[in-house]
Amino acid sequence: MEFEKPSAKGAMPTYRVMDQNGEIVDKSRVPDLTDEEAIRLYKDMVTVNIMDLIMFDAQRQGRVSFYMVSAGEEGIAVGSASALLPSDVIFAQYRETGVFQYRGFTLDNFMNQLFANRKDMGLGRNMPVHYGSRDLNIHTISSPLATQIPQASGAAYALKMQSLQNPEIEKRIVACYFGEGAASEGDFHAALNIAATRSCPVVFICRNNGFAISTPTLEQYRGDGIASRGIGYGIETIRCDGNDIFAVRAVTKRARKMALENGGKPVLIEAMSYRVSHHSTSDDSFAYRAKVEVEDWKRRDNPITRLRKYLENRGAWDEEKEQAARSSLRKDVLKAFTKAEKEKRPGLRGIWEDVYEDMSEEQMGQMKAMREILEKYPEEYDLHDFDGGADTLKE
Amino acid sequence: MVALERWLCRHRHIFPTITTTSTSSRRNYSTHPPNARLNKPIDFSTTPILHHTASSALATPLLPPAARKSKTSRQNLFQSINSALRHALSSDEQVLLFGEDVAFGGVFRCSMDLAADFGSERVFNTPLTEQGIVGFAIGCAAEGMKPVAEIQFADYVYPAFDQLVNEAAKMRYRAGLTGKPGPDGERGMHSGGLVVRMPSGGVGHGALYHSQSPESLFTHVPGLRVVVPRSPIQAKGMLLSAILDCNDPVVFLEPKILYRAAVEQVPMDPYFLPLDKAEVLKQGKDVTVISYGTPLYSCSAAIEAIEKDLGVSVELIDLRSIHPWDRPTVWESVNKTGRAVIVHESMVNAGVGAEVAATIQEGSFLRLEAPVIRVAGWTTHVGLVFEKFNIPDVTRIYDAIKRSVEY
Repeated sequence: MEFEKPSAKGAMPTYRVMDQNGEIVDKSRVPDLTDEEAIRLYKDMVTVNIMDLIMFDAQRQGRVSFYMVSAGEEGIAVGSASALLPSDVIFAQYRETGVFQYRGFTLDNFMNQLFANRKDMGLGRNMPVHYGSRDLNIHTISSPLATQIPQASGAAYALKMQSLQNPEIEKRIVACYFGEGAASEGDFHAALNIAATRSCPVVFICRNNGFAISTPTLEQYRGDGIASRGIGYGIETIRCDGNDIFAVRAVTKRARKMALENGGKPVLIEAMSYRVSHHSTSDDSFAYRAKVEVEDWKRRDNPITRLRKYLENRGAWDEEKEQAARSSLRKDVLKAFTKAEKEKRPGLRGIWEDVYEDMSEEQMGQMKAMREILEKYPEEYDLHDFDGGADTLKE
Repeated sequence: MVALERWLCRHRHIFPTITTTSTSSRRNYSTHPPNARLNKPIDFSTTPILHHTASSALATPLLPPAARKSKTSRQNLFQSINSALRHALSSDEQVLLFGEDVAFGGVFRCSMDLAADFGSERVFNTPLTEQGIVGFAIGCAAEGMKPVAEIQFADYVYPAFDQLVNEAAKMRYRAGLTGKPGPDGERGMHSGGLVVRMPSGGVGHGALYHSQSPESLFTHVPGLRVVVPRSPIQAKGMLLSAILDCNDPVVFLEPKILYRAAVEQVPMDPYFLPLDKAEVLKQGKDVTVISYGTPLYSCSAAIEAIEKDLGVSVELIDLRSIHPWDRPTVWESVNKTGRAVIVHESMVNAGVGAEVAATIQEGSFLRLEAPVIRVAGWTTHVGLVFEKFNIPDVTRIYDAIKRSVEY
């Protein structure tokens, strides 16, 4: 009688393409993109980084209510997004701003959402950073953790059925992002199991950044990370270096291909990184981890500096280009910032609209009641900031 | 009050002693007291709630004119649900049907033969995970399919509560403009097309986890439609509307005690019934009884008895859609009768009756001649041997109507 010991299994290896100095570690794993394309990925990461710095400060000044940065994880988002087709459907958690950036969410889109103004596609209903875009095939981010994972399985099944019913349309996959903390939710278990049993073309991308708010992974799980679980569900799995944008891109590209093989199947990617930043603007992470540890990570390894070193090694990038790019991107971000901050709020009618496809009789009554209150107590409400004032509350 | 006293004088002997020759002393959950006059078993073959003839079935209110020319056939509730699912699957290839044990026909036979006829890609079993089933269904709907997800018993919907409340209900709202169809007619981001079916309500011996009616937990959630059909005709028409004709997520509760018990003539052609209309099942002028699902049968029996006994005239309303619900129809009725009794199986505390009573109070205050009375499950759980005392029966409904008219 022999019990299987988790400790007897070695840790699953981590796939890597370039080292911390931007050197390709294995000459057989040459990045599949030109320097120009690599520079585009680099600029996308830097854009997210610059926006994060500006918006974090903006929240500290009280100009937006909340913010979450992606520091240290820009490579996972941008690298994986670059391996997908624009028509692939994405479900995100909230720390995947780079996915939106790569797909073409504009600085105006970001800023309008962050400032919850009348040009925000989400009509000012969501907290900042809860982006979404039908045009870019990215489902709107919601706060409850892991709920998007079984949804991604179902969406992948829908895509599979649609291509079965109409072989003319291109085959698509779903990519689903989540953190290692979210993977402790029941929805993670449900999602991977159902994706495996229904053979859904979905790529699960776990960002393992070491912390769920204050909880280190030692208090999150005792197995070999998230990757070891994939095997138990009968899901092909890989672990990669999340600070290595080429590794993330390569495994996602292969996973996408595998997900469409034999009528479809799920694939799990665990991308290892480190959450360099605080969890959010409502969190001071030095309350539960040493500043020196964070500084160490920042200095030692970072997806942005790693790709920068790669580009510099190839003579495709230098300090001058860096300064020019950073200053121009910073200018663009601030321009969108200023424009979005000046915009009015969405119309008040949006309180009730879109709860159902059509407003209910009860909601119409409530809208009228709200209007009467506003007219009766005009001094008590500041309406000038809302597009259309009380007029949007007419039936 | 003068009128009431007159009634009381006229109907002094309303409880004639009935003597029977019962000899059985077996204590079995299916027996009833031998001398009972009110709490007799519901006779589904004669109840006016069901349509026993084709002509009556085809005269069903709200039935679309085209369906009135249909042939009818005798079906029970699970058969009418099965025929609705069959029609939905055959008319729209986006319709999918899944849940636990759905493929072999379902534990209540609602999906019988559908996997064989429509293929295992469209009708299939899922792993045993309610949060997974609903999350998966939401994802299907979000990408343009029409998933009909089954939760085996409403009692087991709670693992999926988060997905229903935080996700399905809020998807269109949080997507804002991206929730609306694009200029190219492309689908917006929402979970419209999703239907979650679940057997609910007492069944005589279901105890704590096969008896529940959790509808009020969902009526508190904007964004969800909550529907409870009372009969095979209603179930077919409302389920078809929920699947094929409604762009909002629908929680569809099926009273499981009626699956086999409720048999009526059902139009064989497909037809849609509205999801936002109550139905006045019986006109009356002295008191309004408002209910939905299984208790309507007990309401009907109680009304028959009390109209005979007190000479009063009772109006009976089936809410059909519990949320959003048809408030104007209820106001109109109570403004006419001045009295209201609300009946439902699930417990009284913060139940659907609380919302209906408060709404009546708001819209009919000056017309009310008696307090609004709620007859519902007690504020407790459904203990196995206590069910008969917990679920509103004919006697309790009778008594409530009597208290209302005599107030």
